[in-house]
Amino acid sequence: MFDFLNPDNLMNFFVAAILAGTPLLFGTLGEILTEKSGNLNLGVQGMMFMGALGGFAGAYYYEQMAAQPVAVISVLIAVICAFLTAAFGAFLYSVLTISMRANQNVTGLALTIFGTGFANFFGEAISFAAGGYAAVSSETKTIFNTGIPGLADIPIIGKILFSYNFLVYFAILTAIILAWFLNRSRAGLNLRAVGESPATADAAGINVTRYKYLATVIGGGICGLGGLYIVMNSSNGVGGVWTFNLISYQGWIAVALVIFATWSPARALWGSLIFGALSVMRLYIPLGIPAQIYDMFPYIATIAVIIGVSMRRRRENHPPDSLGIAYFREER
Amino acid sequence: MESAIKLQNISKSFGDVRANIDINMQFNKGEILAILGENGSGKTTLMNMISGIYFPDSGSIIVDGREVTIRSPRDAFSLGIGMIHQHYKLVEVLTAAENIVLGLPGKGKLDRAAVSAKIKQISMRYGFDINPDKKVYDMSISEKQTVEIVKTLYRGASILILDEPTAVLTPQETDRLFSVMRNMRDDGKALIIITHKLNEVMAVSSKVAVLRKGEYIGTVETAKTSYKELTEMMVGRTISLNIERPPPTGQQDRLELRNITCLNEEGIPALDNVSFTAKSGEILGVAGVAGSGQRELCEAIAGLYPILSGEIDYYPPGSDKTQPIVGKTPKNIRKMGIVLAFVPEDRLGMGLVANMHMVDNMLLKGYRKGFPVFADRKPPKKLAENIIKSLDVVAPGVYTPIRRLSGGNVQKVLLGREISSQPTVLIAAYPVRGLDINSSFTVYNLLNEEKKKGAAVIYIGEDLDIMLELCDRIVVLCGGKVSGIADAQSITKEEIGMLMTNLPDARLP
Amino acid sequence: MQDENIKTKTPDAHRKTRKEPFVRIVKRSDIQRAKAWMIRVGAIILAMCVGGIIVLLMGHNPFAVYSAMFTGSFATATSRSETIKTAVPLLGAAIAIAPSFRMRFWNIGAEGQILVGAVAATYFALYVKTMPSVMLLLAMMLAAMVAGGIWGLIPGFFKAKWGTNETLFTLMLNYIALELTKYFQHGPWRNPMSGGFPKIAMFDNAARLPKLGIAGIFDVHIGWIFVLVLAVLMLIYLRHTKQGYEIAVVGESERTARYASMNVGKIIMRTVFISGAIAGLVGFLLVSGANGTLSDSTAGGVGFTAISVAWLAKLNPIVMIFIALFIAVLSKGSNTIQTNFKIPASAADVLTGIILFFMLGCEFFINYKLIFRGVPSAESTPPDSTAPSPEVTAPDSAAPSPEVTAPDGAVGEEAE
Repeated sequence: MFDFLNPDNLMNFFVAAILAGTPLLFGTLGEILTEKSGNLNLGVQGMMFMGALGGFAGAYYYEQMAAQPVAVISVLIAVICAFLTAAFGAFLYSVLTISMRANQNVTGLALTIFGTGFANFFGEAISFAAGGYAAVSSETKTIFNTGIPGLADIPIIGKILFSYNFLVYFAILTAIILAWFLNRSRAGLNLRAVGESPATADAAGINVTRYKYLATVIGGGICGLGGLYIVMNSSNGVGGVWTFNLISYQGWIAVALVIFATWSPARALWGSLIFGALSVMRLYIPLGIPAQIYDMFPYIATIAVIIGVSMRRRRENHPPDSLGIAYFREER
Repeated sequence: MESAIKLQNISKSFGDVRANIDINMQFNKGEILAILGENGSGKTTLMNMISGIYFPDSGSIIVDGREVTIRSPRDAFSLGIGMIHQHYKLVEVLTAAENIVLGLPGKGKLDRAAVSAKIKQISMRYGFDINPDKKVYDMSISEKQTVEIVKTLYRGASILILDEPTAVLTPQETDRLFSVMRNMRDDGKALIIITHKLNEVMAVSSKVAVLRKGEYIGTVETAKTSYKELTEMMVGRTISLNIERPPPTGQQDRLELRNITCLNEEGIPALDNVSFTAKSGEILGVAGVAGSGQRELCEAIAGLYPILSGEIDYYPPGSDKTQPIVGKTPKNIRKMGIVLAFVPEDRLGMGLVANMHMVDNMLLKGYRKGFPVFADRKPPKKLAENIIKSLDVVAPGVYTPIRRLSGGNVQKVLLGREISSQPTVLIAAYPVRGLDINSSFTVYNLLNEEKKKGAAVIYIGEDLDIMLELCDRIVVLCGGKVSGIADAQSITKEEIGMLMTNLPDARLP
Repeated sequence: MQDENIKTKTPDAHRKTRKEPFVRIVKRSDIQRAKAWMIRVGAIILAMCVGGIIVLLMGHNPFAVYSAMFTGSFATATSRSETIKTAVPLLGAAIAIAPSFRMRFWNIGAEGQILVGAVAATYFALYVKTMPSVMLLLAMMLAAMVAGGIWGLIPGFFKAKWGTNETLFTLMLNYIALELTKYFQHGPWRNPMSGGFPKIAMFDNAARLPKLGIAGIFDVHIGWIFVLVLAVLMLIYLRHTKQGYEIAVVGESERTARYASMNVGKIIMRTVFISGAIAGLVGFLLVSGANGTLSDSTAGGVGFTAISVAWLAKLNPIVMIFIALFIAVLSKGSNTIQTNFKIPASAADVLTGIILFFMLGCEFFINYKLIFRGVPSAESTPPDSTAPSPEVTAPDSAAPSPEVTAPDGAVGEEAE
């Protein structure tokens, strides 16, 4: 029987929730940045796939080609490539929706289809070439799976605070920076104006197109880091081995989490922790129900969230006013 | 007095419409100039050229003695020209301070304290009451206006143009605005206020420039003029348009509104205790400054706008039994046998589907008729063909999407459809807006036809000359209230103008 | 005249007095339908070229690869049957999506609606099998349609009542349907004879759809007739019925729909129920026809791919027949190239994605025209065709008006 008061168990649950929530956090933060510019990019799932592939391929090829691969460089390449590959996906989306005024909903779905296919295609190609099994070096994998040396060994506190891999801290840092950017910086203010009322922003002399492109592309890159996390981390991913269809749902949950977080990076932290917890709950809090019912929890919670948000419309909870609508000055 | 802006021979046309014709004007520092004119006299167009929204077809603009080219609002800003538009350009979810600094260059980090300090300083200087940290959506309309004004001052404007700034303000707020304006005047700024309210002109301005139908009529000193002189300058002599006005036929009460009150989205009364009766066989005009509750009135009668209180009774032809229609959906109203036709102001966003062709647009009202499951497109096709023929609609064919037709033809299609149902009540909101003369006369004739057939026609209009010749009676709305109901043949244009702007005394001084 | 109309034609008018930009974008006033379709076909060909370049970069001959894809999916009766078997649910699901997309209800829940339909049909196949075959099949079909319909109705209800985001709602219901399927597969419906594997037993013959082929050409379960009939019915429904008309009006402008005294909420719910019911029917076809049983891979992404099919066909059910076949050829053919060239089968998805991108992009060239400086254009001159209409373009209204300026003329563009 599960002992709710057993601190070990609770602690393990908390740690697992953080680990499972981190890819969601990346996706949510990337999408918040994107949506703040008025672009509703439903392609988070696709961009996560692209990020996973880019990061994996970057590290893998570096290790194949370098005479004496250094794990830290490999990790760095993985992060950069993951960001750039996903940003490339977001760039395609931007060209279509911002410059060519295509429907944002459908373009986002197309990006998901493309990104999924793109990652599986090239991932499989790498696997085939490697004889059916491609993996990054165990040193690289270790960096993606261990906590802060020294500090992580402190009893209890070490586990709760310092046992995570660097991407977890990076995600939290991203949330803080994003919150600062949106609320405290001049560019963040301009970005919010673009998302709320592009015509007003335009009249105030803000380059609407540039802001939209930058926010969407950088937001896409951040989503890609979520994909990188999934491909590299072993407790909540596949641990550095290319695996077919490795991202199952995280991108879509992230889109919902943006609503849950009401476009606030700070609340995204809580949201991803809660959803991370929901997705690992089965292993830590046995309720005597079938596993499949457990696995429905995050989805049911998501539905509850979007219904709740739609039922009580509060001004602060509103999405950016121009979300989903293309802007062109001529048709003001 | 030192000149701030000089306009020389400014002209501007939009297609065939000449909005400004050869205008020469001067605006001085330390002076409040009122630009007076009716709707469509070209006031806003002229100011939009100074603030960089439009570019003149010909003529020159001279700022501080230098001829300048103003291509964009940014150019205007850099010349110190700021315009406060009727529709405020503010981001609702941002605070006052955030809106004020939007888009300005500066350090990466926004120094809120410094911004607030500068806003406070501007406020102190001119007597604004503004809280920099208040979100715009929490603000009253007057507060929003204050933000707009401070925004232009923050950017260093020395010439301020206010486009109908009092249209949405209460008398107290108006007084406060005027005192701020006087402070700015005393500080040496040039202020221009666009308005059509005579009492405000008298209250705040130093000089009045009058525009009429795109032409500059003249400038007079406020202290030396009178209501009468200004009204004459503004409306000119009544022009005869020779619109037919058949005598009303067999008048009978058809639609009676009693104490109708509706709230708009902000919870402010859009219609306030409105009562009047529309009779069969007459055209009842509804006059008023734009936004006085005309749209809500039409939609409330059509069952499309929620009514807070009051009653609307319908008197069926040849019967004394009234039918209340408040709280009924359009469908229910139709089920009661009331044929109510409505030509809305927003033709393509409400009355018609822009992306559909004529036949499908004809189908909109009567699609439930005919075979049970399938939509019968034969009658609408015939109707479309009839309308093309009888109203001279210029269209490649009945299968051309409506959005590709010109404004006049769109209106003919809409009106044709609405009239085809043989309505007993016909509401037409701004039916000639944007139409050329020929199309306009087609519309007048159609309305007269309906009148002769015994329909109660409610005509929401803006051109008083036309209303005086077309309508039998005129209801005047002001701020959602009925400020007067008059016989069109015995009231003058000036009197209607007074009622529209709700002068305390409707008689000319 | 009133100020607002005067402003309307302005942007165009005053641009002429300024120095003209190097290139500017003008809305096309008119384009022939044939020309529009030519642009779309051109986009598909360009997309295939881009795919070819990728293949070339991987060191293969693109022509050989494409022709292998084609022969792999058409050369033999078996391959033809397989291709058609893939196309049937794709077409069915695309038809299911059509009415909701026409209404601008972004239903991406076909996958889940298929699954719950399949689950409902499976219940009858496993537990109520004493009926005669025809009755049983009818009961399965009906159950599948009701289940799928309800699965669609749930988000529809919330959308109609509170405007709840339907994209995420339908998507989450997909995952829930998948978990539900897994639950039955691993739990109550697991076949004890499957030797430890979580599998549901194969259906009896009475619960299987009969085959109906053309001798020597293909041999597939009768489902292909179903979906072809459905395509025609959907075309008629959307174009010639009152309900189809209501869907189109609600999709174009809810305000106009209300003006015409339509009950918008009811129309939304009814339409998504129909969408869901057809997807449920596809679920029935999958378990009773193609697979003979239920598993968590029954839908296998069909609901998602069908979105591409529906979109590429511009929601025209007849065009969908060809697009579904085309996508089926891609996916069957990609299995062939995986075997022959060691090119991963996901090539089909990449190619679908690229085609989608090109199709989305080409709409721009259908709706707009680029005018380069100094090149006179016939379309920039007509006075009233380029300036749409007074009310909608008043340049100083603070925000672009969504109903009219939405650039996605793509969906439901051909209201006729």
